[in-house]
Formats: sequence, structure tokens, C-alpha cells
Amino acid sequence: MNNAKLTNISGMSNSFRGPWTLLKKELLRFWRVAFQTVAAPVITALLYLLIFAHVLAGHVQVYNGVPYTEFLVPGLIMMSVLQNAFANSSSSLIQSKVMGNLVFVLLTPLTHFQFFAAFLCAAIIRGLVVGLCIYLVAFCFVDIHIANPLLVVAFAFLGSALLGTFGIIAGIWADRFDQMAAFQNFIIMPLSFLSGVFYSIHSLPPFWQKMSHFNPFFYMIDGFRYGFFGKGDISPLISLSVVGGAFLVLALITLKMLKSGYKLRA
Amino acid sequence: MNPAIKINGIHKSFGNLHALKGIDLTIEQGEFFALLGPNGAGKSTLISILAGLIKPTAGDISVMGFDVVNQYQQARQLLGVVPQELVFDPFFNVREMLRFQAGYFGRGKENDAWVDEILEGLGLADKAHTNMRKLSGGMKRRALIAQALAHKPPVIVLDEPTAGVDVELRQMLWEFIKKLNREGHTIILTTHYLEEAEALCSRVGMMKQGEIVALDSTANLLNKFAGKKLRLTLGDVSLPNNIQSLLRHQEKGIFTFALTDMAQIEFVLSALKAADIRVLDMHLSEADLEDVFLSLVGKAS
Repeated sequence: MNNAKLTNISGMSNSFRGPWTLLKKELLRFWRVAFQTVAAPVITALLYLLIFAHVLAGHVQVYNGVPYTEFLVPGLIMMSVLQNAFANSSSSLIQSKVMGNLVFVLLTPLTHFQFFAAFLCAAIIRGLVVGLCIYLVAFCFVDIHIANPLLVVAFAFLGSALLGTFGIIAGIWADRFDQMAAFQNFIIMPLSFLSGVFYSIHSLPPFWQKMSHFNPFFYMIDGFRYGFFGKGDISPLISLSVVGGAFLVLALITLKMLKSGYKLRA
Repeated sequence: MNPAIKINGIHKSFGNLHALKGIDLTIEQGEFFALLGPNGAGKSTLISILAGLIKPTAGDISVMGFDVVNQYQQARQLLGVVPQELVFDPFFNVREMLRFQAGYFGRGKENDAWVDEILEGLGLADKAHTNMRKLSGGMKRRALIAQALAHKPPVIVLDEPTAGVDVELRQMLWEFIKKLNREGHTIILTTHYLEEAEALCSRVGMMKQGEIVALDSTANLLNKFAGKKLRLTLGDVSLPNNIQSLLRHQEKGIFTFALTDMAQIEFVLSALKAADIRVLDMHLSEADLEDVFLSLVGKAS
């Protein structure tokens, strides 16, 4: 009988390795299908860029002195960052739930915070990788300058964190793929298309300008764009506070859901 | 030495359904324990509470002294659970999955030798680099078991591990699990195959409708409930009333009696003779767990 030895071997050896392994698995999961998870959104963003720039350049008035094509690029990058961060955590969770393999993670000693951190980091990295790829490809077509790189990074990071967290909530809540599709089609898509990706909200009637201020995506797009041009529809500090605040609120909700075992542990 | 598993007054209700009605059970370290019971008896619910997948309504469970709710990190380190459902992650191959699984428990490269041992022991070595999706059903089952063992847990729970599995795998699996048991791992098994429990387990718990109805060593249970089985081929007859109570089973003119001592053989035969019923064939055998099981829970299932 060597129970003592067995117990000893199974003791807490490395508390960091657990969440790191989960992050690594989540990264590999999307990287294995990078054609679908990275290349596809890059192509989509480029198509938007080519078509909208071609059709609308010269017709739409944005900021003074900023050509429409140049205006469009940061918005498209940020929209893709947000959508992909959401897609990463939400699709991983719903797939694992429907396939039943989430049980392998639920059986481990990982804490709710470690679980959250791993899924969150994977979503942020997916968002940033997609954003960076679009930036690099768009760079070949459009002359883009970055006025304030720190703001660009801060918004990309916080925006993907916010949507990654929202994706975790959606993934925990949804039981079926059609429920997840409803999240995508009725929340994420409308909010991102109505956020000012393709226009400056100053070109909208006053009522819709006001409505835009209730759309969290507006702050992320506008703040990110501010980093490129040094100007935007509102102050980047306001945007940063709204996005940071929203992230904190959603993160706390997510942690509470995970801690209580909502929908994951009966 | 703390028991491998200590279950204290566990209750679980799902709405109006009282699935577990106060389970008390202690399993010592190094035991090979079988938990038997018909579908819906509450075996899997109990295992899910043990694994932290379901929260108990009342009561507590500890694994080697660690509470599965309040000290879940330590408890889960010590526990390896093979889920009943055949689930897998389609993105990875077998070795990757095992490395990930061990990694979640804080184990790194130093664990690779153990992963190799599991792959070898479960006949998965040549499938190590095969994607989970491409494995046959039997191979997926092996991979599922391997995943539960990846962090070398001292307490191993197998929930119906041989459901729908061919004979070869069952043999291989039990050889490997027996070896782990000899090395000091505690094994808890739920199964529908009673002969497996009888052949492998030193102690058996039987559940029925959320309660434990029998808990004893396999040998004691066999002795206590039915010493011998007497199978008589009598044809289309009606039995005399005085031996009806010993009858366990009747099919196509074959009557099976459960006897607690040898004197009852004579009693049955003389009753038949008195009723002028001719015995066409006779077979006497040792009772098995199935008889115990049927006498305890059979009517309910």
C-alpha cells in the first residue's frame, strides 16, 4: 500500500499551471481552425472596406480633413475585435456544453476566478490577433497613421475584454445553438452596426445621436478611432470610463454566476 | 487514516423529486467498492455530488478528509471521475487531451511517464496521436477513462465504465483497474453488470429509490440473501402452495428456487412428489449477486 505516496504526488504542485493549461487549450482551439476564426473575419472586414469605401467615399461627410476610407478602417478593426472576442468565449462554452465535454473542466480544482481568467484571456487574444491582422492587411491599401497608440491599445484590450466577458455570460446562459445565434443576431450585430462603424454620429438626426449614447459599442468604436485620429465624437476619457465600468460590472456578474455554478453545476 | 470517501446524510431534491434520501456511506482507502442499483436509484446523482457537479440539498461528502464543497480544490485533486456519458473534445488528439487534463490539476511534463502508462494500460498507445473525433466508440470510452486517470488520483470513480463495451476492452480495463487497486488506489464502481461487481469488488452497496438498501462485503451479501439456486424443469404444472414462497423465477416450465440451506432441497422435492409432479431436469448452483440484487431491488425495477 503506498497511499501516502499517492496523496503526496497529488498535492497542490502548481496553482498557476491549471489556469494556464485552460488558456493554452482555448488558444489552440481557435488556432487549430484559424482559417475560420482569423482568416474569415479578416476577409469580411476587407470586403466591407473595399465596398463601402468605393461606394461611399466622397458621399459621406465624417470628421474634417479625414478621408472616409481612412475613417472606416479603425471602426472595422474594432468591430471585428469585439465580434471575435465575443465569438471566442461564447462558442467555446456553448460547444463544450452541447458536446458535454465541459465536464472535464468542471471536475478539476480550477477556481471560478481561474476559469474566468482563462476564457477571458483567450477571448482578448483572439480579438487582438484578428484586429492586428486586419490592421496589417488594411495597411497595404490605406495610408493609416496612429495619433495615440496607447489609446488604441487600451480600447482594443478593454473592448475585447468586455465582449469576451459578455461571451462567457452568453455561453453559460445559452443551452442551445439557436439561443446563442439569437445573442449574435439580436444583440451583437445591431449594436455593432449602429455604433458608428460606418458613420460619425454627428451626421445622425439629434434623436438618434442621443440614442447612440446608450450603445456601449459606440464608446468602444469612438474611443478606438480617437486613438487613430486624435479626434472623435466624444472625449476618449468618457469612453474609457464607460467601457472600463461596463467591463467591471459584467466581470462581477460573470464571477458571481461562475461561483454559484449557475447553469453549470445543478 | 481518513476514509477515501465519507458520505454523511446526503439528501438531494430536484423539485418534488427526492432523489437521495439520506445516504450514509464510508469507503476506506484501498477498497474496491461497487455501487449497484437499477436506473433511477440515485447512483449517478450521488457520484455527481461527490464530483462537485451537483450540490447536495443537505449533508456532506469528504474525499480523504476534504469536504467536496468547502475544500473542493483539495478534494478534486484526490478524485478521478469517469463520466457515464461518452463525451469528448473534437479539437484535440488523445495525448493532447490527457496532457491538458493533467495540466488542469497542476501537472506538467513530469507527468508524461504516467500518461504513457495509462495509454499502454488501456490499449491506447497506438491511438495517442489520433484525433478524438476519429476514435471508435470503444476507443472513445478508453480515452474517457484515461482522462479521469490523467492526474493520478488516489480515489477513482467509474460510473458505468463498461456500458456498451466489448469483452476485450472490459478484460483489459479490469486488469488495469485491478493493478491500480493493488498499487493503493481506491476504486468505486457503478455497474449494471453484476458479475463484474462480484468478480472485482470486495464490498457492495445496493441502492434503491434514493436509499442504500444493502451494504456488506460481497461474500456476506451472497451468503445472507441466497445460499443456493435450484433450477427445476417441471413442464406446465402449478406448484404446491407450501413451496411458492421459495420461487424466484418461472419461465417456460423452468422454475428457479432460492434456497438458504441445503435442507430446503429435500423439502422442495418432497412437496413436488406429494403433488405428483415429475422433475424432468435439475440444476443446483451458487447464488450470485444478481439473485441478491433481484431479491432486494428487483421488484421495484
